[in-house]
Parts: sequence; structure tokens; C-alpha cells
Amino acid sequence: MSAQQHAAPDPTRLHIVTGKGGTGKTTVAAALALALAAEGRRTLLVEVEGRGGIAQLFETAPLPYEERRIAVVPGGGEVHALAIDPELALLDYLEMFYKLGRAGRALKKLGAVDFATTIAPGLRDVLLTGKACEAVRRKDKAGWRVYDAVVMDAPPTGRITRFLNVNDEVAGLARFGPIYNQAQAVMRVLKSAETAVHLVTLLEEMPVQETVDGVAELRAAGLPVGAVVVNMLRPVVLDDEAVRAVAEDRRADVAKALSQAGLGGARRGGHAERLVDPLLEQAREHAERVALERRGRAEIAALGLPVHELGLLGDGVDLGGLYRLAESLRTQGVRG
Amino acid sequence: MSWQPPALDVDALLDDPDTRIVVCCGSGGVGKTTTAAALGLRAAERGRAAVVLTIDPARRLAQSMGLTELDNTPRRVPGIDESAGGRLDAMMLDMKRTFDDVVLANADPARARAILENPFYQSLSAGFAGTQEYMAMEKLGQLRARDEWDLIIVDTPPSRSALDFLDAPKRLGSFLDGRFIKLLMAPAKAGGRAGMMFLNAGMSMMTGALNKVVGAHLLKDVQTFVAAMDTMFGGFRKRADATYRLLQAPGTAFLVVAAPERDALREASYFVERLAAERMPLAGLVLNRVHGSEAARLTAERALAAAEALEESAEELSDATGDVADGDTDDAVDDATTDAATDAMDDAVDHVTVVGAEENGADGTDTPDSSDVPDTEDVTVPQQPSADVESASAYDPEPGADLPAELLAAGLLRLHAERMQVVARERRTRERFASVHPDVAVAEVAALPGDVHDLEGLREVGERLADGQPTAA
Repeated sequence: MSAQQHAAPDPTRLHIVTGKGGTGKTTVAAALALALAAEGRRTLLVEVEGRGGIAQLFETAPLPYEERRIAVVPGGGEVHALAIDPELALLDYLEMFYKLGRAGRALKKLGAVDFATTIAPGLRDVLLTGKACEAVRRKDKAGWRVYDAVVMDAPPTGRITRFLNVNDEVAGLARFGPIYNQAQAVMRVLKSAETAVHLVTLLEEMPVQETVDGVAELRAAGLPVGAVVVNMLRPVVLDDEAVRAVAEDRRADVAKALSQAGLGGARRGGHAERLVDPLLEQAREHAERVALERRGRAEIAALGLPVHELGLLGDGVDLGGLYRLAESLRTQGVRG
Repeated sequence: MSWQPPALDVDALLDDPDTRIVVCCGSGGVGKTTTAAALGLRAAERGRAAVVLTIDPARRLAQSMGLTELDNTPRRVPGIDESAGGRLDAMMLDMKRTFDDVVLANADPARARAILENPFYQSLSAGFAGTQEYMAMEKLGQLRARDEWDLIIVDTPPSRSALDFLDAPKRLGSFLDGRFIKLLMAPAKAGGRAGMMFLNAGMSMMTGALNKVVGAHLLKDVQTFVAAMDTMFGGFRKRADATYRLLQAPGTAFLVVAAPERDALREASYFVERLAAERMPLAGLVLNRVHGSEAARLTAERALAAAEALEESAEELSDATGDVADGDTDDAVDDATTDAATDAMDDAVDHVTVVGAEENGADGTDTPDSSDVPDTEDVTVPQQPSADVESASAYDPEPGADLPAELLAAGLLRLHAERMQVVARERRTRERFASVHPDVAVAEVAALPGDVHDLEGLREVGERLADGQPTAA
């Protein structure tokens, strides 16, 4: 199976998923890789921060620095995963472009690789993004693309523009020569229509603010912004009007209803009556959150980007939940 | 089986004059910066001369402390109650500026200029992962040396590598002692290419390979940079070592900040273990956003069953009568008023007030209690008399008021069930953490519905921190 066999309306092949810490960007990246792998496609899910989150999500042993199949999708699709280790990526890169076998190992022994990946700014990031871009463009012997799409679990929103733009920075450092050329090539992919940077957010103040700021930064840097994914949405059970009604003139009715449901006597001071206040307090917090969410949603809508919404998985994300999130993305029009 | 971790006494920690540095660490998105700010505020109002060093605070949080610009200098926070003799300063870390200052303070002017203008330095100082951690520690060392405050509270960068500052001295050491640096330095020291002559064959193959990969001019920039930094490295290392020892000293307390969620607590575990391995003094765990319930005796299962029963009976009623609203059928929904009420609600959210009470007070529509329960029994209602006394049937109708009481009650019960499930899940994650780290003292901070962005909110968080007896699970 390969990309050429599908008429893909969406040209995006490199999906970069960012988001504020705690918004679930790794989960969304994994769900996206699953969603895009439907209908017999093959996707690569790339981890760049060495947290091992992908392996945990898919309930497998920690990923080595090696592309391996991590999930299959009904209909023959496959998700492969890769945890990029910057040092190994550098050696990989040296080997690929320069056939530096022995010299490459000597470099490592001398601490040059260490130097390059931890001290030399940008080089580390150019290797990480470069590896993802390489996977996007890789073809097999027959000339088919190896992956229909590559999904990157990228650094958080606060660092994403710098992370992606680092190729520009390296290009500024290395004004010519092979690193310059490599950085330029990577940057061309990142700024093309083949790439989309998606932002994961919650409908809470700080994540929404960071998302708005992040979109502005990405746009200013000329990087293509994809969609906003609103994650962990909880259903609206009661809005502020309903809560106020209970607090005010419906109080006794509600106590009576609670009593009918077998939760104690409705008489003032009775069990059901005493339940109203603590329940009401919880409902107030809920209504307050609903109001905050409403404002957050308006701010997100004002960005003029496609928005996908994913519900909260009550008991945390397990493998089944991940597939449900992928399904939800697909019903919202996410297609490879 | 009940589990009770030792309680973290935040006030005792803040009041102890021997506590000179508090470091807040933890993964991103757990409220670390807010915790640092709230601790600073509380310490100041309890009489300490405190300074909070924040890294990249959310804009509104920064504004709440009067931080409008990133100027790398501690500024007095206005609006603090200084009656106990304390004060609060706050600053945001400017990573590049801190780095520049270090260069300027440690190199002669000509050399400093050469470093500051080197493209390699410019990129390094602004960007590379780890610089932020290192510079935060550098700044901490500087603040401590100024001796203007008796308590310094430090926020740490929001990354997995948040403990990278612990590695900074070591990394710097291995970096300096590395053969690669010596290799880089050799030609530069010996005057450019002539120096290459002294390299053995293996080395020159190496530099050849390096030139091939990075380009000769880049290598030269690096060499110039390393040579220029050479004299400073010693100073860097000395200060990094000093800061490291400062962190291990008795006057320092580390607080690991987390939320009661699986990932955040896993990170917290990592921090706790890492701090122990480095022999850094851990004061305890701050667990933010913990949920509880005042009606905890009503289980989620029972609440859900009751909600379903009520929904069914509402449906039956609706089928039978075609109109289920009992007693409020005369209420017409007035859109304009509803919008106004919604706006008022939005405003109320900002001030975290009791909605019903304020609403009615503002409108002057206080009316006698007209519910069908005899007034004489009012005295037996234990909670929130205001909501009851001001219960306003003459007040404007709400769309919610049109819901049958059964559905309102069902909604309350469903929210309660959801809450109880959250409470149970949080308890399980906390228990897991406590079994692995039974000695770690814990302060729990009850969840607030919204974000904190004013001093009042920070004070409230401080209250909750001080009051944060961990609940038995």
C-alpha cells in the first residue's frame, strides 16, 4: 500500500503535534497516527523528547531507535513508531550522507557527538526534524512512499516555533556547506503545504492563551498551522441558568425529587434536603467551568482554524480509549 | 485500609528562618509557577523578605505580581500586606540577558565582545535546551549572593529536563574535560591551521571528517568561540559547583509539584528519586487540583442509579401530561434578560462569588421566600441561608427553571457521580505514589474551578496549601 494509490485531498504528510504540557499531546498524536492509518495506510509516529510516552500508550516495551510496527488498524492499516535519539540520529546522519562508519564512531568516542547534540544549539533539533522529514520523503525500491503520513509528538507549544525554526538558525550559523544544505532542505519541507502543525489544547484559560500565542508565533515564522484539537472535553450537564434555578426557587422541588429517588426525606433538614447544598456546590463549579469553556471556545474559533474536539476518557487513556479517540477524529473528517 | 501520608506543614517551612531557598520542581502543566508565586506571597505576608524567581509565567499570573516586562531584575510586588514586616519581590528570568551578564562579568571587554558577537554564542545563549535550567541556577546564585532577601523561591523550567540544573556542573565538567574540546582548542590556540600540524594522524582524519560534515568555517566559528570562552569556563564551573552545594545545603527545601494524575505523579516519582540520588533536601510533595466532595457518602453508583430513575420518571410525566414543569409554567423566557444574566454570571466567575446571592442583591429583587415549605422551618436549614432567603420566584425566569425538578436533580446527581469517579481515580493514583514513597510529606491543594490571575487568587492558593492536610484514602 502506498500514498499514490489513494487520491488524498489533504496534501499534509508531516503532522507536527504540539500543545501545552498536560493537554495530552502525546495521546492526540497517537490517535492521529491511528486515524490516518485507516483504509490500509501506513503511518509513522515519531517521538522526539525521549519520554517513552508512546510505548506506554500502546502498552509495549520502550521503543528502541528503530522504526517498528506498533499497531494495526482494521482494514489493514499500520502505525509504526520511532523514538528518535539525537545521538544515534547524528551517527545515522553521518553514515547516510558521508559513509563515515569508522570516523563517525571515532567522533562519538571523542565526545564530539555528545558535544554536537547537547551543547551545539540547533544541531540536535535539526537532527530530530531532519529525521522526520527524511521519513516523509523516503521511498522504497519501487518508488512508492514508505509512509503515507508521519506524525510527530513534538515539544510543547512554548518551544515549538523555536524547535522547528532551528533549521533557519543553523542555516544562519553554517552559511554554506553540507549542514547548511541539510538545514535548508528540512526547512523547505517544514514550510511547505506537506506540513501542518496542530495544537492540542484544553478549554482552560492558560492552554487557550498559549494556543493563541503559539499560532501567532508559528504564523509569524511562516510555518503552516494545521488544526486545533480541543482535548478532554467534558459534557455539559447543567448550565449556569439551571444551577441558579436550583439555588433559588427550585430548591424544594429538587429536594423532593431527590427524595423520590430514594435519597432520604425531602423535609427541610431531611437527608435529601441536606444533599442539595453540596450537590449544588459541585454544580456551581461545573457551571463556572462551562462558562470558561464557552469563552475559550470563542477564542479558539476566532483563530479561523479547523477545530476537532475529543471527549475526556474518564478512566485515563488505555489502548481501547486511544482507538476510540482515533475513531472520533475520523468522524470529524480527519483522513489520510 | 486507610493510608495517611505525613502532612507537609507549609507554614512551618515558610516561617522557619533557616529556610532560605525553596525550589519548586515538577512537570509542565501542574501549576508549578502558581505554587511558587503563592508560596512567595504567603511567606511575605507572614513576615519574610521573599523574592520569587519565575520562569516563563503565564501572562496574567505575571501581571498579578506586577511583572509587566522581562527585565531580569527583582521588582517589588504591590498590594502585599506588609504589616507582618515582610515584603515580596518578583522577577522573570531573561535567559539571554543572564548569560550575557555572566560573560560581561567574567571576561575583559574585548574578549566579551568577541564572545557576544560570535554567532555560535548567540544561538547557544538564546536557544539550547539546558541553557534555561543552567541560567535559572546562575540567577539563583546571584540572588543568594546579594543577600537582600531571607527567602528565595524558585520556579523551574517546564520540561522533562527540569532537573537538568542538577546536571549543569557535571555536564560542564565533562564538556570541559572532554577530548573533543581539547581537539577544538588545539588549533585555535596554536594559531589556526598551523596547529593542525601537531595533531596525530587519527586526529586529523577526525577534523577532516568534521570539516566535511559541518563545513570548515563553522568549525572555525566554534573554535573561536571555545577559545574565547576558555578563560570563562573555570568561573562557570566554579559557580555551578557552588550552586549545586547551595542546593544541597540545609537551608534549601525542594518541593515537588504535581497534580493527582498518572503522568504527573509518574514524573513526580522521578523527581523524588532523582533528588534523593543527588542528596538534595526534599521537603515534600505539593499535590495541586485535588478534588473532594462534601457529599462523599453518596456513592457514584447510587447517584447514577437515582439519576436514571429520575430521568425515567420525568419522561413518564412528560408522556402523561405533555408538560412537566411543575409550578413554573407561567415563566416565559426573556432572551434579553437571560443574556444579561449570563453576562453577570461571566463577571461573577472572575470574582469567584456565590452566584445566586450576588445576582439577586444586585437587582434588588429580594423577595420573601415563596417556596411551598413553611417559613417556620427555615431556621433548621443549616447551610447558605442567603441563597434561600433571597430565593426569588419573582425574579426573572431562567431556561434552567423550565427543566422539571426531576431532571435538575438528575443533573446534580450525574455531576456528583462524575465527581466521585474523579475522587476515586485521584485516590488510586495518590495511593500508588504513596506506596512507593511512603516517607514523602504531602500538602494537597483543593482544585479551583478557574485559573489564578490575581493576588487574591494566589492568597487563596496559599491558604489551601497551608491547610492541605492529605486526606486518608
